[in-house]
Amino acid sequence: MSEFTRAEVCAAAIADAFKDDGEIFASPMGMLPMLGVRLAKLTSNPDLVISDGESLFLGGTPPLFAKADVVEGWIPFRRVFDVVAYGKRHVMMGATQVDRHGNQNISAIGDFARPTRQMLGSRGAPGNTVNNRTSYWVPKHGTRVFVEQVDVVSGVGPARAKAAGPGASRYHDIHRIVSNLGVFDLRGPGDTVRLLSVHPGVSVADVEAATGFELNASDDVPVTREPTETELMIIRNVLDPKNLRDREVPS
Amino acid sequence: MSKPREKVMTIDEVVAQLSDGMTIGIGGWGPRRKPMALVRAILRSDLKDLTIVSWGGADVGLLARAGKIRKLVYAFVSLDSIPLEPNFQRARQNGTIPEVVELDEGMFATGLYAAAQRLPFLPMRAGLGSDVLVNNPQILTVTSPYADADGAYESLTAVPALRLDVALVHLNRADPHGDATYLGPDPYFDDLFVQAAQRAFVSCEQIVDTAGLTIDTPVQRLLISRMMVDGVVETPNGAHFTMCTPDYERDETFQKAYVTAASGSDEEWAAFEARFLSGDEAAYQAAVAAFNQEQA
Repeated sequence: MSEFTRAEVCAAAIADAFKDDGEIFASPMGMLPMLGVRLAKLTSNPDLVISDGESLFLGGTPPLFAKADVVEGWIPFRRVFDVVAYGKRHVMMGATQVDRHGNQNISAIGDFARPTRQMLGSRGAPGNTVNNRTSYWVPKHGTRVFVEQVDVVSGVGPARAKAAGPGASRYHDIHRIVSNLGVFDLRGPGDTVRLLSVHPGVSVADVEAATGFELNASDDVPVTREPTETELMIIRNVLDPKNLRDREVPS
Repeated sequence: MSKPREKVMTIDEVVAQLSDGMTIGIGGWGPRRKPMALVRAILRSDLKDLTIVSWGGADVGLLARAGKIRKLVYAFVSLDSIPLEPNFQRARQNGTIPEVVELDEGMFATGLYAAAQRLPFLPMRAGLGSDVLVNNPQILTVTSPYADADGAYESLTAVPALRLDVALVHLNRADPHGDATYLGPDPYFDDLFVQAAQRAFVSCEQIVDTAGLTIDTPVQRLLISRMMVDGVVETPNGAHFTMCTPDYERDETFQKAYVTAASGSDEEWAAFEARFLSGDEAAYQAAVAAFNQEQA
């Protein structure tokens, strides 16, 4: 490994997913998405609106899990749902499963009536995906996550949104899937998962082997960009000095 | 001078108002500001076949483990710092909750709004294209009577009203008439729960007189009006082990012990129940105090 880690590559890739969003509410679920969003706010997109994950919009860009900062707004849960419907939001959620068609599952594994493994429930995924820009973060890319078909559709992929009609498809916008191996979108044939880039040190074959469906990839898949010196300085010295990122994505 | 009626009652008097088969909405959010003293009282009661409507946390886990739930309406069940609720997982995986209605979070909130506004449903986009509508075939769509700019008529989810027989909520302060304030970061949806219900009971950390509610607190924190409330009960530390900021934060040590017991053998769970859940609320609080002293 060279002078940056895989976790730092992921943070920069997540930041890139938010760089063109303009002045919207960036809602990261989980640690690496929070790091990536705050990195974007300190570099490519200072207009992002971020929260403490509880009920406050933060005026500054504090380190991960820090509480004290200038407050610029109030965002209790009920107002989160209002912003979802208003649309000026980009959420990056986790995914226990994601399939070829970009459907996501955080509800349950197995038959919904009697699951082999009950998870969180669908949370806000159905509403997020038909209302505001949605991305997914997968810290451990593998064939049990990237599956042919999810067991329960929590987050709606583009094909299902189109089939449900304009009420579902009008604001539907699955933007990126970022994993510890690469970056993806849903611009493959028939709105399927497409490999956009592989992280430094990862081959296309590595990604294919860790994916449970046939992956759309061009003959010349680029390498995810390396984090810049500025980004590394911000990640290491400002946002995540305790190096929590390495626990989520070991090098 | 005439004053509005007082509604102060005991935990047991609240539970005496409940009956088998009722639909009970439980306020708070996941592991936050849950009316746990009232939930514990339901655990001690003979009540059965309940329909529980909740932003689920350990309230749902405990009631499920005790076999009290016939039907559960939820969008998630989580303890936050420990994402998955082990008693809920176990109940789902063993098939011991006969009926579940898993909704999107926005749909859950919208269902409460509809009930609070005495409407049969409200339209929204959430649910469309997802398995929420597949697993709940009773939830239908509705076509807009208005054409959009392209001349199309959008189909939207017709989120049915989540009507409640009873709402149970826990706030920081209340007066004896039922006016109540939240002092923490988020009102959650407690005002909607009480308005969606035929009858509503507020537990609180402290009962104060009416003037006391706003003496050091902005009026905007008065979330609940007495006209929505049928009973008030003072239950100090009554949200334990969920958080009730600023009175107290979540008891993470206790939550871990709960999760360990719930994830363990039947004997481990029985030991947890015997230690903490076999007596009344005072016994629970004493057992928690002893537990915290051991851990310190």
